[in-house]
Amino acid sequence: MARAVTTRTKAINTAVAWTVALVIFFPILYTIITSLKTESEAIAGFNLIPSFTIESYIAVQTQNDYFKPFMNSVILAIGSTILALIVGIPAAWAMAFSPTRRTKDILMWMLSTKMMPAVAVLVPIYLIFLRTGLMDTRIGLTVMLMLINLPIVIWMLYTYFREIPGEILEAARMDGASLWNEIVYILTPMAIPGIASTALLNIILAWNESFWTIQLTTTNAAPLTAFIASFSSPQGLFWAKLSAASTLAIAPILIMGWFSQKQLVRGLTFGAVK
Amino acid sequence: MATRQTQSLAAIMRAPAIILLLIWMVVPLGMTLYFSFLNYNLLNPANTSWAGFFNYRYFYTDPAFFQSVWNTLVLVLGVLLITVVGGIAIALLIDQPMFGQGIVRILVISPFFVMPPVAALVWKNMIMNPSYGVFADIAHFFGVDPVDWFAQYPLFAIIIIVAWQWLPFATLILLTSLQSLDGEQKEAAEMDGAGFMSRFIYLTLPHMARAITVVILIQTIFLLGVYAEILVTTNGGPGYASTNLVFLIYRAARLNFDIGGGAAGGIIAVVLANFVAFFLMRAVGKNLD
Repeated sequence: MARAVTTRTKAINTAVAWTVALVIFFPILYTIITSLKTESEAIAGFNLIPSFTIESYIAVQTQNDYFKPFMNSVILAIGSTILALIVGIPAAWAMAFSPTRRTKDILMWMLSTKMMPAVAVLVPIYLIFLRTGLMDTRIGLTVMLMLINLPIVIWMLYTYFREIPGEILEAARMDGASLWNEIVYILTPMAIPGIASTALLNIILAWNESFWTIQLTTTNAAPLTAFIASFSSPQGLFWAKLSAASTLAIAPILIMGWFSQKQLVRGLTFGAVK
Repeated sequence: MATRQTQSLAAIMRAPAIILLLIWMVVPLGMTLYFSFLNYNLLNPANTSWAGFFNYRYFYTDPAFFQSVWNTLVLVLGVLLITVVGGIAIALLIDQPMFGQGIVRILVISPFFVMPPVAALVWKNMIMNPSYGVFADIAHFFGVDPVDWFAQYPLFAIIIIVAWQWLPFATLILLTSLQSLDGEQKEAAEMDGAGFMSRFIYLTLPHMARAITVVILIQTIFLLGVYAEILVTTNGGPGYASTNLVFLIYRAARLNFDIGGGAAGGIIAVVLANFVAFFLMRAVGKNLD
């Protein structure tokens, strides 16, 4: 914009915006600070300067075996994302490049499965998991997370694939390339960024999913969501330790999230806002 | 253009996703519907019998049911009000020229990436705790008695926590929409002497209307399903003061082992969600063409 802005206006904007941003960010900041305090410091009233001890980080590992739920989160998030991509990429591909009259209806129907409230199928899913021995297994939960995020994955991939110019495809077909050759040699390299963004969003959603991960696990397959939720009673975990566990639980996703702002908008609005 | 061969290949590529989602949609929902007509308690599974509409009547006449529906509505509308109004204000603010815009943006959207149990526990312990929380410290500083949030205003406390989680989402989407507004239009309006308010009402707001609709509809879907935040803070209490429909069903199915009752509640939740879904599908569907 060519509008001249006075330095004074800019300074006021900056001050107001930073104040608002820091207030919003404060609970996260304070969690990080508290994680670096001792337990007695943590409840000693408002204090922004911790003693920078990492004893809480060591304690959550030695006392609560933190590594186990962390690895479960990693396995569930990445596993469900890979599964969703394996199923989703061909489907989105076919709908983007060989659309039929029903493609739009199929996409809308897929979206509608996302509208089903999770709690509506709590009873049957819980019973199925109990009866088949899937309860508290990583494989069962991985499939669940894949299913609930599959519509978003397909939609997001579809909107990305549609942006790949069709002329390139036609040129390849004229040269006699089969559909398989088109996919492997021409389109996949162009589709990689869209697939990567989709994977990133799916990992974020799977990492933070807090209904099924709590309902369908007890100890073996419990990821960080269930692990942290189990410390809801006041005597469960002291604040500095809870903060350390929380900081470690949100850090990887927070950093990934910062890099995926644009994709997030697109994925979560089903392409309605870009 | 597409040959028959590529078309059949495309059909094969689509099939796994369609079949999976079809099973995922039909089987559990069908089971829920079936269970909702049974007297079926996991504590006494041998005594399972046909119940007709008993479970629905039971759910419907339970005072906790109306309270939980009411709480669900208050929770959804309360969070929507805070996030949409706050989101518009913050998006307008961030869109102004300033120093460190990128960092401000990152700080503002961060709460969205915090998993619900962490968000709820951090607010419960470190911010809202009546003895040691930051709010209590602020109250002491001003010489007033600190509020015991989860005992006195449990639903409001949960609304604040959930709104904190969703404010970034609203802000981010509204900001994206705001930045696609044509700068020349704004300048033209300014040159014609339009003040900030009239520019906002006649130019910015209509431009953002679609994004606002999307924010409201998508958030509603997620807000109807709020669960972990209630589980780790109030556990639905005191009494049923902060129990929403999801939590009521969870309580029936998992804590009382009442499969039939939980299933009937689930079907009611589906009906509720369908109202919202209907409007969302229409809004999003337009974008496909």
